[in-house]
Parts: sequence; structure tokens; C-alpha cells
Amino acid sequence: MTMKKALFGVAAIAAFAAAAPVQAEKLIIGLASEPTAIDPHYHNLGPNNALSRHIFDRLINQDEKQRLKPGLATSWKPIDDLTWEFKLRPGVKYHDGSEFNADDVVCSFKRAPDVPNSPSSFATYTKGKTVVKVDNLTVHFKTAQPYPLMGNDVSTVPIVSDSAGCNAATEDYNSGKAAIGTGPFKFVSYKPGESIVLSRNDNYWGDKPVWTELHLRSIKSGPSRVAALLAGDVDMIAGVPTTDIETLKSNKKLQLSQGVSNRVIYLHLDQFRENSPFVKANGGGEIKNPLLDVRVRKAISMAINRDAIVDRVMEGVAIKAGQLLPEGFFGVSSKLEPVAYDPKGAKGLLAAAGYPDGFEMTIHSPNDRYINDAKIAEAIGQMLTRIGIKTAVETMPRSVYFSRASKGAKGLPEFSFILVGWGAGSGEASSPLKSLIHTYDKSKGFGSSNRGRYSDPAVDAVIEEALRTVDDAKRQDLLAKATEMAIENVAIIPTHFQVNTWAAKKGLKYIARTDEYTLAIGVLKE
Amino acid sequence: MTEVVQQDLASERQVQTIDSETPFKRFVSEFFDSKTASVALFILLSIIILAVIAPWITPQDPYDLAQVDVLDGRQPPGAEAFSGYTMWLGSDGAGRDLYSGILYGLRISLSVGVMSGFIALLIGMAVGLLAAYAGGRAENVIMRVVDLQLSFPAALVALMLIAILGKGVDKIILALVVAQWAYYARTVRASALVERNKEYVEAAACLGISHARIIFRHIMPNCLAPLIVVGTVQTAHAISLEATLSFLGVGMPQTSPSLGVLIANGFEYMLSGRYWISVFPGIALLVTVVSINLVGDHLRDVLNPRISTGGGKAK
Amino acid sequence: MSVFIIRRLLQAALIVFIMSLIVFFGVNVIGDPVYMLVSPDADQADIEKAIERLGLNLPIYEQYFKFLNGAWQGDLGDSFVFGEPALKLILHHMPATFELAFTALAMAIVIGIPLGLYSGLYPEQKISKGIMAGSILGFSLPTFWVGLMLIMLFAVMLGWLPSTGRGDTAKLFGLQTSLFTLDGLSHVILPALNLALLKISLAIRLTRSGVREAMGQDYVKFARAKGLNTSRIILVHVMKNIMIPVVTVMGLEFGSLVAFSVVTESIFAWPGMGKLLIDAILQLDRPIVVAYLMIIVLFFVVINLIVDIIYSILDPRVRLQDQGA
Repeated sequence: MTMKKALFGVAAIAAFAAAAPVQAEKLIIGLASEPTAIDPHYHNLGPNNALSRHIFDRLINQDEKQRLKPGLATSWKPIDDLTWEFKLRPGVKYHDGSEFNADDVVCSFKRAPDVPNSPSSFATYTKGKTVVKVDNLTVHFKTAQPYPLMGNDVSTVPIVSDSAGCNAATEDYNSGKAAIGTGPFKFVSYKPGESIVLSRNDNYWGDKPVWTELHLRSIKSGPSRVAALLAGDVDMIAGVPTTDIETLKSNKKLQLSQGVSNRVIYLHLDQFRENSPFVKANGGGEIKNPLLDVRVRKAISMAINRDAIVDRVMEGVAIKAGQLLPEGFFGVSSKLEPVAYDPKGAKGLLAAAGYPDGFEMTIHSPNDRYINDAKIAEAIGQMLTRIGIKTAVETMPRSVYFSRASKGAKGLPEFSFILVGWGAGSGEASSPLKSLIHTYDKSKGFGSSNRGRYSDPAVDAVIEEALRTVDDAKRQDLLAKATEMAIENVAIIPTHFQVNTWAAKKGLKYIARTDEYTLAIGVLKE
Repeated sequence: MTEVVQQDLASERQVQTIDSETPFKRFVSEFFDSKTASVALFILLSIIILAVIAPWITPQDPYDLAQVDVLDGRQPPGAEAFSGYTMWLGSDGAGRDLYSGILYGLRISLSVGVMSGFIALLIGMAVGLLAAYAGGRAENVIMRVVDLQLSFPAALVALMLIAILGKGVDKIILALVVAQWAYYARTVRASALVERNKEYVEAAACLGISHARIIFRHIMPNCLAPLIVVGTVQTAHAISLEATLSFLGVGMPQTSPSLGVLIANGFEYMLSGRYWISVFPGIALLVTVVSINLVGDHLRDVLNPRISTGGGKAK
Repeated sequence: MSVFIIRRLLQAALIVFIMSLIVFFGVNVIGDPVYMLVSPDADQADIEKAIERLGLNLPIYEQYFKFLNGAWQGDLGDSFVFGEPALKLILHHMPATFELAFTALAMAIVIGIPLGLYSGLYPEQKISKGIMAGSILGFSLPTFWVGLMLIMLFAVMLGWLPSTGRGDTAKLFGLQTSLFTLDGLSHVILPALNLALLKISLAIRLTRSGVREAMGQDYVKFARAKGLNTSRIILVHVMKNIMIPVVTVMGLEFGSLVAFSVVTESIFAWPGMGKLLIDAILQLDRPIVVAYLMIIVLFFVVINLIVDIIYSILDPRVRLQDQGA
């Protein structure tokens, strides 16, 4: 990462803004999913992380394109192979008036991975790192091996106060007692299932938000959320259903913001079983798993009409995909294009592989996880059926789907051909490569979501090398190379990147984020 | 169908005063006294026939993915599909012709409703007869269980079971059966009790006729009338319950949509101006349930002399 | 009497215990909550840790004993999703559901009884037939569909009422309720109406058949013969006789309203117990599902007990004892 000096101009603007007369500016946002706690370390999941960005800061912030920007740290750099030095921002105050310093960082990194009852901890980002206080405004992060992704990992962990937050329980945060951060908003009230109310932190060190009062309401049902916006009960909503985008666009009282996300929707294929449970010969007999043949995998990819998926199923609100992350992200390849739709060529490849009449297969998909997931699976089933692979479609709620897809029978993935999505939380290509493409390896923590069990030692080697390379340019090339190798081999079949849509009253503009978060600080007045 | 109705109406006028009419004839004539009920019955029978012959009168099998094309998705009523036929009611998001989808959906909704109702009826009847005939302690225990179950709303029982069992056609049917059997059991027991204490049953018992024969030949036929009433109402209830569960996302699977799933899918399009995706299946569901209820309501008036004579207890 | 109550309480305890067995083991069969909860970034070791933290690594019977042990002390386990005691979360959501059900019940009585009265008194009139047809429609319309239509009509098209959510609350007798603020009332109208629809139909039909039966009774005929005017006969004599059974039956429907609020709450984003349950089912938050079902079973068992006792007080012919046994 290139190290950037903090823009001290920000402080000047902030000072100017503070001089303006205080005006009550209330913003009500309708969220699609509800945060499960105020405690920023309790649940490492999208809605919670989005909420915690309002009340708490991180050492490093991710901007709307997930690029790293100074947060509570003004600069960070490796001082040797195994040590990163972070310089902390001076003069930052918590909501309770106490001063931010290195002790807060040390104790936050201690608390984050180990909150009692936590269903999903931050250990993923804190493990292998030792945090040492050097002086009040300097900390060192030490690792056992060279670790280039330090900045990305550190940018995910919220900093809580040593005095008020580190020894508090999740309940204390939810009651507001411990919900004391350095962030742009202060905690006011929390009613689970109903609303979260925050107010502006007038002493915030960075860009102060326009909004003096912020209400976050969760309205899970899509149409109800849109109805709430149309009725004027909320000022902005996240997660606009694709079906409503067209109508909302033509509504003069509203304004839409759209942005591509870091989430790729892709197909995983069983590449480790000689007989795959959901692949059968025509008529239902046993068959040697055709998905082991790269020609068959290519044929499937060519049979998928990505334009039809984007235009018809996603109503134009998606971008067809040829790799793991959309253009502009760190580590993507400039050579890869989405595979073109070619049903004739696909049939030819199937025939060449020895399946002129195709075979039978089932595609499994969740029906409540990704935008239009079940419909996409159905469309893919239709397309494959047309080239002779008679595809049944089975969709299920994610509560059942993910456990079966990850470890169904005997701890192995249960399905043969699945539709899944992957959002790169780190904002660069090592995240999907490590989890989806690398050989499944429990001891090293690789391939944890490799549900097709694709395995290629050559690709593994490139990925592992990239994960050791601190030099940004070199690492970028290695990640791109690994992606190209995997896509060439059809390790997975990417279909499209999700595009997220927010809708707001006229006069409000939301800066769309690739990480799909809804942040009040990104809601601007025009 | 209309012919049959007219014929019956005509014959009714002739036979009305004849004393020797069979109970069935009297029932038929009384039933068709109500215009509303006759129309409802006619509509209901048409719906059932349409659902049964759906494969022969629809342009598309909405469950065969080779016939469904996503490129046909979200077309307004009257649009032409790629394979050439006209989609009179438009198409849904996956490219299913809604006319075909609704008829196939009706098949599923009706069969789930009828099947669960029938199984529940069998179980309820067996339990109710057993209770009434056995009497004593067994009856007490059985009726305590029935009362307990009836104190829970059917929707809640079904929801609990789905929470425990998970999704799927078989589980929905099971949940609906469990939610309904007690109604039948209570009805059967009540009317069986009345019969049990009649002289002819006692006489039959004295003659040494077997228990099974007494139950099946004498007691059961006399319980049929209330069972039919409860059965129609419960079937309508089961159909809307299934639709509700599907709407909540815990019902039937996406790919073989019942009416409830079609409506739930259409729910997404409610605000987008594509009214047809949920309005047409909604109307189909509504018409079906309303006509069953109208028929059931009138059946109750006709079959249950207690209500029709205004409170007398004569039988 | 006390013997009866003790016996019924023991029975209730047995029912709750059996239900806990069924529900606990049933709920633990489907899916695996860990995959619902962990971040996709988590690797295999992180997932194992999460399993341990949630106590899912223990054999199922040990989990059950742990649950029983806790339940005995009033602890029904911690929610997987929220990390707080399930009981506390449910109690927290309870007032919202109760005020919704209560408002719906009031609506059903206020709207249903007059309509039923009218159609019972003048059964041959067009309006009465319309009311009866409407009540059949009320029985038949799926709740979720009506809810949507209400939102579309009153919130989106006319803009009269808020579309979703619960309004401001105020404290009354130590309870936070939205029924005493203007904002709160405007929020409760649509969902309550949606929930009440079925019960309005029920009230209409009960009142109608009650009135028709009463009108044929001797005391009404006598009153007529004595020359009392019709409105007095209806308001004093007929109403007095039918109100008690109708209101009693409607009161018993309160439980069913609480149960049925699941649908209404999820459409109107009403933060009650029903929505909590549906979310918990979809997210496999087992402790909440178990706790909710336990509480609802208890709730119904208690209602039944109270009803039996009240009946025995009102009607001395009903003896409070288990027949036969």
C-alpha cells in the first residue's frame, strides 16, 4: 500500500463547518437488514459493520471504492519484514470526552476476536498479529511472516475505548452505556427490531456529517421498504429491489444511486468426486462425473447467456462477469473478458467431450441470499437444458442451503453444481482466490468456501506467493496471474457482479459503495 | 354443467311436495334454492375441471424448464411469447406464462388443500368415532388432546411444525393435516355420540352385530352431513393457509409454484406497475376460496336443520 | 376447586415439558445455524470456534439438559443472533404485539357487532346481504394480500397513514405503549385493521345468528306484545342476551390474534414477537424459536385454565373436575 499523509485540510473544513449555526437536520434511513447489536465486535457481518462505522472509527478507513484512507491512524508502513508501524491521530476525543491513544488500540485488538457468545468474530482479521504499544501515539503490529494485507485487515477492526468499552459486555453496548466511540455519530437509543437513533458528534475529527439526527429503521420486506419511501416515512432506503428500479427512476420525487459491488455471483462445480451425487446419465443412471472434464465446464460457461441474465433477470442492474472482481479493484486481470454466449460452440464441446446428448444435472441455489438468486438459477437451468444438459433447479432458504453446500453428507459439500456469491470484504483479489480457488486446506485456513473442491497446485503456489509479497506492483501481477490460470481452467464460472441501488428523496444523494454498506456520512444534500 | 343445474332446478319444482323423495334429492333441491350457492358451485366445479385438464389446455408446462424462457419474462397480458403463443395473462419474472402458471398452481393448491383435508378427515374420523364409541377414560384422554390442539390457532400449529420440520410439499401437507384433524375429530364425535345413544344402535348391539359393522354401517353414515360442511370450510382454510405459509417464505418451493408462491413472487412487482404478476393469481385464489366458502356456508344451512329452523333442537 | 386447579397446573406442566422436548429436538434437526451467522471471510478454524461459542459442539441431549437446567431457573438460553437472553428479547417485543392484537380486537367488536346486529334484524335487506357477502370475503381474503392493498391504498396512493413500523411510544402504568400518542395511533391503524379483518367477519356472524335466534324467542314476542318499541327491545333485551356470548368468544380470539400477528407484523414491519419469530425461523436462531413456542404454549394453557374457571363460576352446572377419571 502506498502510504498517505493525512489531509489536514479536512480539519480546517471541519472547523469552518462547526462555526455555522446549528440546524436540526433529521435523516431517516430504511435498511434492508438489521444490525444484531450495537457492540461493534460482537458480530462480524455486513449490517453490523455498517452500523459500527457510524459510532466507531477504525485505524484505517475504506472509502466508497474500498481504497484505504487514514482513519485513527495517520500513516502506516512496514518497518521491517515482520513489523508494521502505525502512527495514531493526535487530539481525537471519545464521545465521553476522554482522549484516544495507543492503549485503546491494544485493548480493542484484544477484545475483537473474543467477545462471549459472538456468532462470528473478528479473529479472521486479528489472528497472527501481536499489537505492541510503542508510545501514546505509535503502535507496532508484529507477524510471524511477511504480511502485505496488514492495512486491509486493520481497516476492518473497530476501535473502542479502553476505559469505557474494552471490558464491557455486549449488553452494555446495546443499552448505550458502553457505546462510546470516536465516530461521526453518538449513540442515542436502540430498540431491537424497531429503530436505532444516533445524533451528530459535533467534535468529530473528520468531515462532519450534515445530519444532526439519524434514525435507522429496518424494513426487511422489499416492497414494504419501497412503500415506506413512497409514502415519505423514510428519507432513503437501501437495497432497492431490481423490480422497482424502473418505476422509481421515473418518479420525479425520488433519486437513485447505483454502484457496482464487490460481490460476484458464480457457479461452483463438483471437481473432486468421480461420481457426483447430482449428476446423472440421461435417464438417471450412474455416470463418471462429466464436470471433471474442462471441456464440459467450458461448454457450461458458453451456454450461459450472461446478457439475458443481466437484461431480463436483473433488469439491467448488474454487470456481466469474467473474473472474481469487477474492473478497478486491486488484483484484477486486464486480459479477462466475460465468456461469450455460444450455444452451438457449447454443444460442439460437449460432443467432443463424449456427451453429444448431454446428461442430467441439478443446480442448487439459495432463494433468499443474493439479488434474484432463485430466478438466476432458474434461468441458468433453462439455458443448460437447451444445450442438452437437462438441468433441474432446486432452491432453498439459506438457512438450509449453506450448511448442505459446505458440509452436507460426511462433512463434504453435498451438491454438484451450485450458485453462490462472494463479496471481497478486503476489497482486493486475494480474498476470493484464497477462499474459493485455493485447494481446501483446513490447517492453513485456505479454500474454506471452495465448495467445488477445485484443486491445482500451480495456482495454489501463485496465490501463496502473492500472500507473502509486500511489494504492491508485484502482488497485483501475481493475483492477476492466479485469476487468469483459474478462469482458464474453469475453476468456477462467474456470471455477473451485483449492482446495488439506493433510493432517496429528491435533493439527497448517496455515494454508492462497493462494500454494499449504507452509511449516513455518504448521504449528501444537493 | 349448466344443463345439470337447470335440470335439477326443474325437477325440484315437480317433486317438491312428494313425500317419498329421497333425502339426497331434498338436499339437492334445497341447495339449488340459493342462486349464490348455485353459481358458486358452478364456478368451483369449473375451476376444478380447469385445474385437472390444465396440461391439455395450456400452451406451456411451467415446470418444464425447456419450455420456460427467461427472455419471455415480465411480459404484459396479451404479449406474444418467443415460441409463438399469446400470453393472455402476461408472464412472470421467470418467463412463465401466467395463464399456464395459474392453472398449474391451482392444481397444486387444490391438491394440497384436498389431500391434507382428506387425510385429516380420515384421521379425525377414526379418532372421533373411537372416542364416541369407546367412551369412558379413552374418550376423556382423546378429547383432552383434541381440545388442547383446538385451543391453538391452526395457523400457529402449522407454523410451529414448519419451524420444526423445514420446508417441502410433504411437510406442508403434514403440517396442514396436524393443524386440521382435531376439527374433524370433534365434529365426528359430537354427531356419533348422538347416534350411539339411539335405540337402533342399542338394538343392533343386542342382536350381536359386530362393533365394526355398527360403526361403519350405522354410525358413520349419520356423521357425514356435518363432516361435509366442516370439510369444505377446512379445505378453503387449508388453501389459504398454504398460500400464507408460502408467502412467509416457509411454504412451497419456488420452482413448482402454488398460487401462494405465485402471489408471493408477484408481491415483489406490486409497486412496479406490473400488476398482473400478482393480481391474476390473487384473483384465482380469491375466487376459489370464496366459492368454496359460499358453497360450504350454504351446505351448512341446508344440512344442519338446527340452524335453518332457527334454534330448534329437533332432528 | 383447588384440587382441580392443582391437577390442571400439573397437566399444564406436563404439556409444556413434552412440547419442550418436541420443539427442542425438532428445531435442532434443520440446517446449521453456524453457516448463517459466520462471516464468509471466516476460515475453518474460525467456524469451529463459533460452533464452540454457541455450544453446538455438544451432543444434542447435553444441549437439551443444559436448556432444561436453564429453563428451570427462568433462562431459556441466549439468542444466537443477538447474544442476549431469548426470554428478554421476547418480553421486549411482547407489548408491541399485544397492543396490536388489542386494537384489532377492539376494532372487531366495534365494527363487527353493529353490522351483525343490522343484518340479523333485517336479514332480507340488500344491505344485510351485502354485509354477509362481505363477511365471507373477510373470511376468504388472505391476510397478507389485504395488508399489501391497505399499504398501497392508504399509505402510498392516498398518503393518509404511515406505511410501516410502530410510532412513538409513551409510558403508561410502567408500560411502553404506542396507543397513547397520536403518531403511535396513526401507525397502529392499518396493521390492526389488517389483523382484525377475520375477526370482524366472525363478530358479524356471531351477532347475526345470536340476534336471529333471540328474535324468535318468547321473551321478545312478549315484549312486542306488550307494546314496547322496537329499538328498546333490541337495545335492552336482545343486546343484553347476545352481548355476553359474543364478547366472550371474541375475547377468546385474543390468543388467535396474537398468533396470527406473525403475518401482519412481517408485512407492516411491526416490531412484535411474531416478526421476531419469523426472523428467527429464517435465520435458524434456535433459542428464540424454542423460547417463543414455549411461551406461547404456556400462554394458551393459562388462557384455557382461566376460561374453565370463569365458566365454572358463571355456570354452576359445570363441575370443576375431570369427568370420569
